[in-house]
Amino acid sequence: MKKPVIDASGVNLTFQTKDAPVHALKDVNLQIDKGDFVSFIGPSGCGKTTLLRCIAALETPTGGSLTVNGLSPDEARKARSYGYVFQAAGLYPWRTIEKNIKLPLEIMGYPKAEMDERVKRVLDLVDLSGFGKKFPWQLSGGMQQRASIARALAFDADILLMDEPFGALDEIVRDKLNEELLKLWDRTGKTICFVTHSIPEAVYLSTKIVVMSPRPGRITDVIESPLPRERPLEIRDTPEFIEIAHRVREGLREGHDV
Amino acid sequence: MRNILPILTVLLVIVAVWYAAAIKMNAPWTYAQANRAGTEVTFSEVVRDTLNQERPVLPAPHQVAAELWATTVEKKITSKRSLVFHGWVTLSATLLGFAIGTTAGILLAIGITHNRAMELGVMPWAIASQTIPILAIAPMIIVVLNSMGISGLIPKSIIAAYLSFFPVAVGMVKGLRAPDTMQLDLMRTYSASDNQTFWKLRLPSSMPYLFASLKVGVAASLVGTIVAELPSGATRGLGARLLSGSYYGQTVQIWSALFAAALLAASLVIIVGVIEKITLRRMGMAA
Repeated sequence: MKKPVIDASGVNLTFQTKDAPVHALKDVNLQIDKGDFVSFIGPSGCGKTTLLRCIAALETPTGGSLTVNGLSPDEARKARSYGYVFQAAGLYPWRTIEKNIKLPLEIMGYPKAEMDERVKRVLDLVDLSGFGKKFPWQLSGGMQQRASIARALAFDADILLMDEPFGALDEIVRDKLNEELLKLWDRTGKTICFVTHSIPEAVYLSTKIVVMSPRPGRITDVIESPLPRERPLEIRDTPEFIEIAHRVREGLREGHDV
Repeated sequence: MRNILPILTVLLVIVAVWYAAAIKMNAPWTYAQANRAGTEVTFSEVVRDTLNQERPVLPAPHQVAAELWATTVEKKITSKRSLVFHGWVTLSATLLGFAIGTTAGILLAIGITHNRAMELGVMPWAIASQTIPILAIAPMIIVVLNSMGISGLIPKSIIAAYLSFFPVAVGMVKGLRAPDTMQLDLMRTYSASDNQTFWKLRLPSSMPYLFASLKVGVAASLVGTIVAELPSGATRGLGARLLSGSYYGQTVQIWSALFAAALLAASLVIIVGVIEKITLRRMGMAA
């Protein structure tokens, strides 16, 4: 049996605040296999972003065990095993798109020729060829977010962690980017962890949907999607899709009643 | 130039108020003179006289302008009476002081942002240094340095630096801390070193803050230099010009030196502004 890429068992995280400790994650058990597209969905405060940040070693769990590529999250971070896409594109305004994508490559010390070649490849991948010399403010919000995905892809990490990357975009742009993200996932075979609070987005994208609920932040349901890998946007009108969406909604409601 | 009209209006009002004040403030002397000579003066004679006195209480604008013209364009710049010569003496000390102050300010800011102990240990002293009136401390610095055999340009520059390091340090601390959590987290996901985070994120983020404080700093440097020229008995520099003017009651000379200083300060601030514009545009931030 092959080992999961991300393996969480009994992960707990308590934040010490002034008045009372906040139980952000409670007994989280989850296995993510190579090539999975996993969505974390739940209301605010359910710990979905916190869990992603734990995987990225931006937070440290206070209990349980968590491995990424068989390493501790911190070792995995140092081994540059993942690319992280934040809610906002967070491109540096003083760098062109090209230079923004080069940022991680510069930090990781890639040779110059390879940097250029990689920039060209990932710009192609996110359909931004020809925009490399532009500054971020010259691009629309959707294009900026695509550039930030390109930046996360540039150094060939096989895990992509995405924290509500399309949350700030309008519905139409979001649909388009979702479609493109699926194609990208199909072409690159990366393992993607995707935080969202949109049910259609989660169902459309994922092979595995992790439903979470707050106070304390925990997993209430894990749904293995029966949908095929090949997913045109119209799949959202099929009975299978609606059924999964229904189950997600039930899970969210259940978590809320507790 | 759509704004030319309001700018000219303000300028005109200032000049008009100035003329009125000159007439009012210089008139007593004119009346006293007339009284002594036992003659009567008409109002138009008073006006003419008050605007053309040799040592007026408040010189009229045209007198200051004439003195400025005479001491800049008509004098050779090697002459001891040339304002260009005195201006250069002050400017050179200002620039050196500004360079020292800016370097010190930036280094201090880097230290403070990287080290909490340094913030707690050094920042209070930096603040305290600025609460001491520069007029009180300038003579002491000059005397102490003189006794160590250092005189001329350096002591003035040190006082200029003393005034200019502070705004630069405060602005840079703010600037180096400008990156938000997300930008810092991004660097962390790349396992970037502190050094890389500094050069690739903190320093570029701080540029707008740096330039804002450089503008304050360069003007403060000039003030520091002029103040330093006052007590040192210096015979060169705009400060010396101000001092000798007040010794001999040469108000026209004082005012023209003041204007020269103001013009110099304005030019320096404008130059910093132009460099700011060019830099930020090249960084793609001049939105």
